[in-house]
Amino acid sequence: MIPPTCPLLPPEKRIPFFRSARFDILLYITVLLLSGLVFHLLMDSGEAQYPWDWETVPQYIISHTDGHWQAGLLLQGLGVTLQIAAVSLAGAFCVGLVTALLRRSDAPAARFLATLYLEVSRNTPLLIQIFFIYFVLGPVLGINRFWAAVLSLSCFDGAYAAEIFRSGIESVGRGQFEAAKSLGLSPWITWRKVIIPLALRKILPPLASQSISLVKDSALVGAIAIFDLTQQGKMIIADTYLTFEIWLVVGAIYVAVTAVLSITVSMIESRVRLQ
Amino acid sequence: MKLQKAVTALLLVTLTLIAGTSFAAEEKGKLINTIQKRGVLRVGMDIFKPWAMKDSTGELVGFEIDVARKLGSDMGVKVEFMPTAWDGIIPALLTRRFDVVIGGMGITEKRQRKVDFTTPYDNGGQAIVANKKKAEGMNTLEAFNTPGVEIAVKLGTTAADAAKKTFPKATLRYFDTEPAAYQELRNGKVAAVVSQAPKPAFEAIDYSDILFTPVAGTFTKEPIGMALRKGDTTSLAFFNNWIKTNDQWLKERHHYWFETRDWVTDELR
Repeated sequence: MIPPTCPLLPPEKRIPFFRSARFDILLYITVLLLSGLVFHLLMDSGEAQYPWDWETVPQYIISHTDGHWQAGLLLQGLGVTLQIAAVSLAGAFCVGLVTALLRRSDAPAARFLATLYLEVSRNTPLLIQIFFIYFVLGPVLGINRFWAAVLSLSCFDGAYAAEIFRSGIESVGRGQFEAAKSLGLSPWITWRKVIIPLALRKILPPLASQSISLVKDSALVGAIAIFDLTQQGKMIIADTYLTFEIWLVVGAIYVAVTAVLSITVSMIESRVRLQ
Repeated sequence: MKLQKAVTALLLVTLTLIAGTSFAAEEKGKLINTIQKRGVLRVGMDIFKPWAMKDSTGELVGFEIDVARKLGSDMGVKVEFMPTAWDGIIPALLTRRFDVVIGGMGITEKRQRKVDFTTPYDNGGQAIVANKKKAEGMNTLEAFNTPGVEIAVKLGTTAADAAKKTFPKATLRYFDTEPAAYQELRNGKVAAVVSQAPKPAFEAIDYSDILFTPVAGTFTKEPIGMALRKGDTTSLAFFNNWIKTNDQWLKERHHYWFETRDWVTDELR
């Protein structure tokens, strides 16, 4: 039996190695070995093996007491995270839109302000911004924890959103503006019916990844003692030392949330598509 | 072409991992032997004034630093400090990041289940400091045990446990670092901070215009020990012996760091 990948076969009868079945088998074996290795590393950490304890984990997610279901600490944290993320998303959207428009404005002062804000926001770590807004501006302006977190997240992700909006609007091209003008359309109608629908297609994918980024960034708000998902995770671990189990669960919850967000956005994307 | 590259990369990763784990030096046997062979004692701690602090040049100083340095020199090895976030310090010990925790760690039943403690070499207690405006008129422990009262603590400490036990009706706000908790108190966002003495008293003195001590002294008492991974009785016996031998020296050091303020400078307080 001549192997189908034998290089001596004429080219029309020969299957390149990388498209043959034997290659697939090799790939599967490699993946199996890799996962076996990872499993081995996790399970058998030498003398001091990590004592896995999954039994005490479910009570932190959801518990059934007195005949009704009650959200555990982690789900409560998730509620806070979703609350902060939702409000911050709206905030970032507004901040981004305003900044993008300011950047395109004719007034140099407006452009300068917008650029200054963008540079500061994008070049300082989010954690620093959270601490600054809460511990420094907070007492002065009387901002409470929740709004300090929302403000920081909105400003930080708003800067990136602004650039996304701006590139989306600029990608529409001057031709559209000119055509609309020549047809006698008012600026409002131009924006609403011509520019925004076209820009939206370009804006949605990066905006989707930005909103996923925002959900993950919200994990930092625990630094100002907000009981969000990550902070609840830390609190449970401080009490029980179930490090691996809790962090795996928290990670899985974040993945679930961002997956739902991702799917929602791709559904919206398919609706605004041209064809 | 792309697939070929991907597969080659994958195979290389597998080979590296296999090679890596087979070379990973598994430190079996008694801890003290490993330390002697290595020539370095790795100590896990976190910044807790005055147990361990950084002075203006970035050097670590404090009661626990002195203890660890003497222990290292008595063993004839160098000491390497690994500052670790307190709420992750026991997991870090269990995953062999360092050999021992010498950082003012209170011996508790909860911790005893995961690590082995030496005999106590010091005693600590929790104290409370409050904000004059937010905690006006509150002069007893009971006053703070009311719903709506917010108390800031550091995550993972016996202070947090003590606060939960003593003030179950209050809301606890957990911070990663003590300075953040104290900043919160000074900003008037929480009524009080619970942390290990003598820090609360020092804070009340330093900020006497906005803070005060509602209840003097400590309201809990807890022994402090060094934490080791479970199962190594030989090494545990060694450390216990060292503690017993150096009892006088430990008492003297405790007096210097906790009962005097001789070490306080403008940068270090």
